[in-house]
Amino acid sequence: MTQPVLSVRDLVVEIPTRHGILRPVDGVSYDIAAGEILGVVGESGAGKSMTGNAVIGLLDRPARIVSGQVLLKGEPIHHLKGAALRKLRGRRMGMIFQDPLTSLNPLLTVGDQLTETILEHLDLSVKQARERAIAALDEVGIPAARQRIDSYPHEFSGGMRQRVVIALALCAEPELIIADEPTTALDVSVQAQIIALLRRLCRERGVAVMLVTHDMGVIAEAADRVAVMYAGRLAELGPVRDVVTQARHPYTAGLMASTPVASQGQKRLRQIPGAMPRLDAVPAGCAFNPRCERAQSRCAQAPGPTLQTCDDRAACWFPITHEQEAAI
Amino acid sequence: MSDPQNPAETRPAPGRMARAWQSDLAYSFRHSPVAMISALVVAVLVLSAVFAPWIAPHNPFDPGSLNLMNGFTPPGAPNAFTGDTFLLGTDDQGRDVFSTILYGMRISLFVGFSAVLLAMVIGVVLGLLAGYLGGWVESVIMRTADIQLTFPAILVAMLIFGVAKGITPPEYRDQMAIYVLILAIGLSDWVQFARVVRGATLVEKNRDYVQAARLVGRRPFSIMIRHILPNALNAVLVIATISLALAIIAEATLSFLGVGAPPTKPSLGTLIRIGQGYMFSGEWWILLFPALTLLALALSINLLGDWLRDALNPRLR
Amino acid sequence: MLAYIIRRVAQSILVLLITGFVAFSMFSFVGDPIENMLGQERTQADVDRLRGQLGLDQPFVVQYGKFLQQAAQGNFGLSYRQGREVSAILAERLPATLELAFVSGLLALGGGIGFGILTAIRKRGFSSNAIMTLSLVGVSLPTFLIGILLIFLFSVELGWLPSFGRGEVVDLGWWTTGFLTVSGLKALVLPAITLGLYQMTLIMRLVRTEMLEVLRMDYIRFARARGLRERSINFRHALRNTLVPVITITGLQLGSIIAFAIITETVFQWPGVGLLFINAVQFVDIPVMAAYLMMISVMFVGINLIVDLLYFAIDPRLRVDGKSGGH
Repeated sequence: MTQPVLSVRDLVVEIPTRHGILRPVDGVSYDIAAGEILGVVGESGAGKSMTGNAVIGLLDRPARIVSGQVLLKGEPIHHLKGAALRKLRGRRMGMIFQDPLTSLNPLLTVGDQLTETILEHLDLSVKQARERAIAALDEVGIPAARQRIDSYPHEFSGGMRQRVVIALALCAEPELIIADEPTTALDVSVQAQIIALLRRLCRERGVAVMLVTHDMGVIAEAADRVAVMYAGRLAELGPVRDVVTQARHPYTAGLMASTPVASQGQKRLRQIPGAMPRLDAVPAGCAFNPRCERAQSRCAQAPGPTLQTCDDRAACWFPITHEQEAAI
Repeated sequence: MSDPQNPAETRPAPGRMARAWQSDLAYSFRHSPVAMISALVVAVLVLSAVFAPWIAPHNPFDPGSLNLMNGFTPPGAPNAFTGDTFLLGTDDQGRDVFSTILYGMRISLFVGFSAVLLAMVIGVVLGLLAGYLGGWVESVIMRTADIQLTFPAILVAMLIFGVAKGITPPEYRDQMAIYVLILAIGLSDWVQFARVVRGATLVEKNRDYVQAARLVGRRPFSIMIRHILPNALNAVLVIATISLALAIIAEATLSFLGVGAPPTKPSLGTLIRIGQGYMFSGEWWILLFPALTLLALALSINLLGDWLRDALNPRLR
Repeated sequence: MLAYIIRRVAQSILVLLITGFVAFSMFSFVGDPIENMLGQERTQADVDRLRGQLGLDQPFVVQYGKFLQQAAQGNFGLSYRQGREVSAILAERLPATLELAFVSGLLALGGGIGFGILTAIRKRGFSSNAIMTLSLVGVSLPTFLIGILLIFLFSVELGWLPSFGRGEVVDLGWWTTGFLTVSGLKALVLPAITLGLYQMTLIMRLVRTEMLEVLRMDYIRFARARGLRERSINFRHALRNTLVPVITITGLQLGSIIAFAIITETVFQWPGVGLLFINAVQFVDIPVMAAYLMMISVMFVGINLIVDLLYFAIDPRLRVDGKSGGH
């Protein structure tokens, strides 16, 4: 097997606050290979966006990486700062934000924003950069790219703007794309187009994509593998088909049962009792144990289960086997 | 009813003072040395102004107690002729500078507080009316506010002062000067209040509870006072604090320019105006001490206002 | 866009008409200027002669019509105090104020924007904290105290710079300038700093607040995520987006520089229109007050119009649909 584009190893992010230290990301590990889309899914506050921000070095103070590693093609990058980090951003890893309305600078034309990014990373003349910018717009499916390159962001529709954002993230040909809820702010009909676009770019260019979303439907449609996060930790990590149809972690199972798209054939949507704990009150042992139907005394004891210590797919002492799943 | 699992239920409810002390505002206050020091300075200055007649060693407005021989005594040193010592020295007429500052601050603070109160009442009432009634009432009020905002407050105050002075008969001018000042500064400063209160009113007006109050048949006036005003209170409080510093500075400026408190009833600004004349001849204390007092007063109120704004609006921190 | 400009011009004219009415009301309702001018020892003949001379014996409506007509031509009659044409006095005093305001404005803008950016970018640096603390002192320090302080330090103690007046001026016929002589430039230093400092602190704090707000925006994060240089992010992306609100307030601030010149001119005995105005207020010299009010309104309204037009240059969103482009 070839080297993964991105490897995250035991990543821990902490935020010191007035009331103590919070851990929005707690010991997360995964790989993403070239041409692969890894979906990262979880409720809001589960730490999925924070993981993406940590990878690209965009954590807002006072949040910081306290331990673990982020490896880009085997090189550690989690400790980089300043110019070294800047050279990676855009050039080797790009990011797509949730809201295309706010991620484009309203006062600069789309072309200005593209060419400045291209010129920053590639050794091209202004003219060549402009041609490349047009090509990039063309590639993400902006019609009449040559005419529209001098338009301002407000002259595009929401879906078109998100395409521009994707063009911006991809224009210097990075190896890794972190897409943070790229479809959440869009109309449902446009969502499918953007997902299709991401999939196509991923296949054609061999880009590794980390797709952060709370929408199981998007994951089922787009991702190759899925990482389920709960209270800052990985609950389950595996191929998307397996996780969707045969979840092993009780939380994942509950999540699937409560999602209309993923719960195949079920007549009623089910709800997980209770709510995800706040970051300042994560229970000892398995973070899910107070809400878990299958919890036993071991689940409340530290250390909690991890992917390394128990099942190879689910961080659970008592994972659901396939036969049991049918009984739920 | 009480649940033994929940300790908050079994504990007696804390008193009003204790709750206030535990609030976020108090927390922020206890953790801001700047706010605490400023509050202390403001408290000391305001109290010494209020109790000036009991604190001041002399009454600078009682001609009988003045001795012209005491004129120009430097601070802390005995006078060459009379041997009297004055903490902060004396001015040309032998008035104790410390006492004149205390009495001057009384006037400055009185004008400042009254002007802000006036501005606040006008601004809140007009803001409520504009926001609640809408229509042409709103147009007239907010257009007036816009136009007035085109001009700096100090200029508006000067104009009002000039006009009011023209209307008052000359023999009453000195007595009326203080009230004219309050009117001028108050009228020049209502716009901020009106804008904020109108904004809050527009937001609250369509909330369910206000609609409900209206359906129950409460009169518009009582709805505004009981339901809408409390929601604008934080913003009004912040603006009032900052306005107080501005009003005190405005009063000092007008008095310094000779269009404010008269020399017979000097405010801090008038004292600085008097002191400026002696700057070149070496009697620095007549200028310096009133100036420092004014600075301390304005700065600490500003710092308090800054802190209050940050504490009530954490997003801006 | 044209419709927008026409609407703005119409609003400006309305503002001028209203200030004109205020100015005229001052003429009509404020005191008896005769009393101010002639003092206690006056004869009825003196009073009648002066009344006729000043046009105060005519009915209200006639006076009002005359005022509007005359004001439009820049004619505000005779100063009650000096007995000379108000417009002539103003024209003679205006260059001094404009030169002072110009230099102060440059200082306030340059320093305010520069320090504002600095303190926003290095939010937690030592120099930022020092500047922010100093600026709060600056806001709390009344303009006249700054002036007195500067005079005390640089004129009385050090003797480096003059404490009053304009120094030598060169008469260009229609304009007197202090820019061309050494003493004129030296005399300008302290008043310009006095006048500019307060506006500078205000502009600085505003730029800082706006800049911090903009730096939190998604498109700044996105610019970072694309690996753009901090310099480009701060100036090309953030500063530009800061400019619209900054220009609004700055425009008003530049206007108030002219008004605050009253204070500075009093402290430094600077022979400009501000000093003229404050003397007019002290002596209730209504024609001068009215003329000054009208002059200032024209300036303010003009500045506001320019500010509105600048929006179009900066923000492309306004160019397309002027209707929804309110601010």
